Amino acid sequence: MTPLLNVRDLAKFYGSRRGCEGVSFDLWPGEVMGIVGESGSGKSTLLSCLAGHLAPDRGEVIFDTQLHGPRDTLTMSEPERRMLMRTDWAFVHQHARDGLRMGVSAGGNVGERLMAVGARHYGQIRDQAIDWLGRVEIAADRIDDKPQAFSGGMQQRLQIARNLVTGPRLVFMDEPTGGLDVSVQARLLDLLRGLVREMGLSAIIVTHDLAVVRLLADRLMVMKDGRVVEEGLTDQVLDDPQHGYTQLLVSSVLQV
Amino acid sequence: MTDYNFAYLDEQTKRMIRRAILKALAIPGYQVPFASREMPMPYGWGTGGVQVSAACLTPGDTFKVIDQGADDTTNAVSIRKFFEKTAGVATSEQTSKASLIQTRHRIPEEPLTEDQILVYQVPIPEPLRFLEPSEVETRKMHALEEYGLMHVKLYEDISQHGAIATAYAYPVKVEGRYVMDPSPIPKFDNPKLSMAAIQLFGAGREQRIYALPPYTQVISLDFEDHPFEATKADHDCDLCGAADSYLDEVIMDDAGGRMFVCSDTDYCRSRRAAGHVGAQGAPYEEDAA
Repeated sequence: MTPLLNVRDLAKFYGSRRGCEGVSFDLWPGEVMGIVGESGSGKSTLLSCLAGHLAPDRGEVIFDTQLHGPRDTLTMSEPERRMLMRTDWAFVHQHARDGLRMGVSAGGNVGERLMAVGARHYGQIRDQAIDWLGRVEIAADRIDDKPQAFSGGMQQRLQIARNLVTGPRLVFMDEPTGGLDVSVQARLLDLLRGLVREMGLSAIIVTHDLAVVRLLADRLMVMKDGRVVEEGLTDQVLDDPQHGYTQLLVSSVLQV
Repeated sequence: MTDYNFAYLDEQTKRMIRRAILKALAIPGYQVPFASREMPMPYGWGTGGVQVSAACLTPGDTFKVIDQGADDTTNAVSIRKFFEKTAGVATSEQTSKASLIQTRHRIPEEPLTEDQILVYQVPIPEPLRFLEPSEVETRKMHALEEYGLMHVKLYEDISQHGAIATAYAYPVKVEGRYVMDPSPIPKFDNPKLSMAAIQLFGAGREQRIYALPPYTQVISLDFEDHPFEATKADHDCDLCGAADSYLDEVIMDDAGGRMFVCSDTDYCRSRRAAGHVGAQGAPYEEDAA
């Protein structure tokens, strides 16, 4: 079996300051990996480099494409990479506003990716949009409302529906539960867990919330100052942290 | 006449515009940047069209200007006078007699021929403008042929109005490649975009020129289950009785009185001269106006 994503020695510098350095890992089909660390530890830089939003200074990001097998996404042409971004990849932003078109109705938002890959039948696009709104627990009669009229949690669920509608194989998530209150977070996590299992998605989730990775992630990477300091199975890392920073991180969680 | 170079613009400027026009003709539907000059009229009044016309005019041309189909509105009269004064070319209101026609928001009803040029005044050349605010991004989308967003607009139309409600500036795909804004012509005119004449589009404020060579394939975007439809008012012209022309609705009084008349004034007049009379029309007289 080939890994879905094979990252080798990835590095990104902002001038002389380190964004992230020496990151290598494999992501296997159906696997969910969490990246945790404090603010400024390079998690988001790493995610942006992986997703093609930032050009890293060094390294390889080899993705197992459906047509041509493993390809380095950093050296492929821009049209190919953008095609990947709207078919096999999905990116869930922390702020739903960054990932949604706020002036376009919920149905249009979900349908955009379908139309971007060539769907030209209004009825079918709409049916799929309704189906996906249902899967993320948004009532079908809200399909023609604009995201402005939605609550924060609904916007986030809409963003997820919009991303998953084309059946991607790899989802990047940047703090998907950030800024939501805890009960809404819990429902969103439940939903995400269901979708990931049901669709057999691979995902890379960046978060500083250990509860999120405990629930969703199979494997965990802990970052500090742009480097990976510890990685392993989620339960193993959280229950028996080896690195001093991981121990600090785990012990910092408030027990209610 | 001696105060101006022929057709107002200096020869170097005309060369620059002609180069842009040739490039635009070579890549149908592609927006070619050009160094738009200030013209003695406000932006939005046809500065782009006027510059393209100036670059195309020769002393032997016959020039016609229409504004929303009419030869006698302020915009049309002013531009016609401008070139009468600065180029001294012959002008005509008859579509068939003109070799160069500058138009705002209409295509003449009478089919154009291979020896004619149609110049459009374009306010906003970028069809994706109100969908994607970044010009950098829209250029990339054109370059990579990423036009899914254009259909999002049509989707929104159907979801809100039950049908594609875009009635003018209806987006088209040119030769299976570039998506183009045909300028704010009614979608009734879209099927006419594949024609024998050369079509040039000039956007002065936005500094873009694009073009359709003769017999270019132009397809209006649509959905499989909501096909494109060229619509017009469901009426005949009240003056000339034409059932196949695009109509303007004219309010006659404050009691709900209205009449529908051809927006193409030359077409209407020539039909009446040939003896056609509509429901509210009087028989044609040569100097009635």
